[in-house]
Amino acid sequence: MKICVCVKHVPDTAATIKIEGDAGFKDSEIKFVVNPYDEYGIEEAVKLVEKNGGEVVIVTVGKPEADATIRSGLAMGAERGILVTTDGQFLDATLTAKALKAAMEKDGLPDLIFTGKGSVDTEAFQTQYRLAGYLGLPVVNEVSKLTVDSGKAVAELEVGGGDKQVIEMNLPCVIGATKGLNEPRYPKFPDIMKAKKKKIDQMSLADLGIDAATGAVILEKLEPVPERSGAKMIEGSVEDQVTELIRVLKEDEKVL
Amino acid sequence: MARTGILIETENGAVKDTSLGVMTAAKGQEIIALVTDGDPAGLKDKLAEFGAAKIVKLAASGGDITAGPDLLAGALAAAVKEYDLTALLGTASVAGKDLFARLAALMDLPLVSDCVALDVEGKTAKKSHFSGKTFATLKVDAAVLLATVRPNAIEAEPAPAAGETAEFTADVADPGKVVIKEVKKGDADKIDLTEAPIIITGGRAIKAAENYKMLEACAAKIGAAVGASRAAVDAGYAPHSMQVGQTGKTVSPRLYIACGVSGAVQHFAGMKTSKVIVAINEDKDAPIFAKCDYGIVGDIFDVVPVLTEKL
Ligand SMILES: Cc1cc2nc3c(=O)[nH]c(=O)nc-3n(C[C@H](O)[C@H](O)[C@H](O)COP(=O)(O)OP(=O)(O)OC[C@H]3O[C@@H](n4cnc5c(N)ncnc54)[C@H](O)[C@@H]3O)c2cc1C
Ligand SMILES: Nc1ncnc2c1ncn2[C@@H]1O[C@H](COP(=O)(O)O)[C@@H](O)[C@H]1O
Repeated sequence: MKICVCVKHVPDTAATIKIEGDAGFKDSEIKFVVNPYDEYGIEEAVKLVEKNGGEVVIVTVGKPEADATIRSGLAMGAERGILVTTDGQFLDATLTAKALKAAMEKDGLPDLIFTGKGSVDTEAFQTQYRLAGYLGLPVVNEVSKLTVDSGKAVAELEVGGGDKQVIEMNLPCVIGATKGLNEPRYPKFPDIMKAKKKKIDQMSLADLGIDAATGAVILEKLEPVPERSGAKMIEGSVEDQVTELIRVLKEDEKVL
Repeated sequence: MARTGILIETENGAVKDTSLGVMTAAKGQEIIALVTDGDPAGLKDKLAEFGAAKIVKLAASGGDITAGPDLLAGALAAAVKEYDLTALLGTASVAGKDLFARLAALMDLPLVSDCVALDVEGKTAKKSHFSGKTFATLKVDAAVLLATVRPNAIEAEPAPAAGETAEFTADVADPGKVVIKEVKKGDADKIDLTEAPIIITGGRAIKAAENYKMLEACAAKIGAAVGASRAAVDAGYAPHSMQVGQTGKTVSPRLYIACGVSGAVQHFAGMKTSKVIVAINEDKDAPIFAKCDYGIVGDIFDVVPVLTEKL
């Protein structure tokens, strides 16, 4: 079984984002990592291949530096990687999905595709659906439980209010992974060393015949989310504190 | 006047408040409210009060429109054409985000997911980037604007309109490739965290799963939902479905009360855009006090019961 995992190279969520110009950020000093949700996809793919045989291929669209992120996936047990290089800081989801599709078609279509539920940088929540659309495959997102057996995938996802849906699909299909699906492994030193020797194919958008012209969504401005300047502390006995809090929330803020 | 479609979500036969906020986001447009479940006549007054010129009950020739998300996406695509919509908006609920992404892929149109502000006329939207650290302003250059709006981010304002009712059956027969086999019901009538107007969260300080009952009692008095920090989830006090934060739910209620939560960036990533944030913490130097609106220094097991009693 061949499984492709779409992995995005994103700033570490603990990193401070320094805005540069109108719509850019300083990316030279911060650490980039595997998009956290994509790790659940890698883990699930590696587990499936450990059980059933086959290979896991990491596919990334990003800057040449994304090579390091692919290596993290290889250290988790993936076999090899494909990097479609672009130079923009922000990638349009439509363009990304086209690039992922073209790269997979060139390499040979997989039996199963994993993505994360969303990326933590652009929070676009759509690349997996577009990829599935272009490939004509079924897609489900936010999957927290999965069984793959005899050409079918049964996925469980949370749909709000604690309710869960169970969905059945034929393979190949696209699965958007989220927390709960598994516990991603921490690669050990020998795994990291082994990953250095694994193969990563690099190609540009042009190599895949894709026009990198800007997509239909234009990032006009990036600005920090305003921080609150510090709490107004409510003093006194517990009774007084609570009475005053309720008054403020009702009368001043009108939120109760 | 350009025409904007709004996908209406309902609960127990009534329009969800979050959908009314989405209608307000399209203020000034001719609003077509699209209803997929329930009786449009029963929803008419509310939808007309908040701006619907037309209320359309959407159906598909292929059968029950709620049987699979692809069928519903197909019906929505047909409605965009039928009513010549220049924008279609929905709620960024779990179902809404999924459905709009399917629709965007199907129509090959751009989509802005989880907006906190929207200019429908100018086709620009503001949304979070980098887990709540920055806001991005995005301009969409396409014939139809597709967007979902973060629940409660835009406050509903009445704007009375005609509210004429109609029906539209889309010619979509294919149920799609995704079939819902089963729905496992969670706890009955729990308010969904992402859509709750008020949230009370318990952090690691809650110390035991049964202590969430104390927060639930308080929540019940004000129609709030109960959330948890990751530390509380990891300790087994609460299920992951209750987790707020970067690896949990993103919420934007009008009031967020954090009880025994220290205020880690990853927690704030999920609740930073709440309108008013209150923290109750026994440590006067807890980082959360630097990042919220009102603070009470105290033991949650002393403060919360008094709060419940006085609310
Ligand atoms: C990649 C990544 C993703 C993460 N995602 C999330 C996420 O989605 N959500 C999330 O919440 N965290 C997330 N975290 C974890 C986050 O960094 C913090 O560890 C976590 O939020 C801490 O939870 P807490 O505030 O409940 O616990 P603590 O930090 O232990 O704070 C407990 C607080 O309670 C106070 N306290 C104790 N007893 C009482 C009492 N009786 N009365 C009043 N106050 C009391 C203490 O003073 C303290 O401030 C993530 C971390 C990483 C690295
Ligand atoms: N540039 C990219 N390279 C590889 N995979 C990506 C890329 N962008 C998005 N994805 C995948 O699509 C998922 C959803 O991303 P998004 O639509 O950006 O929220 C991510 O979790 C990844 O698995």
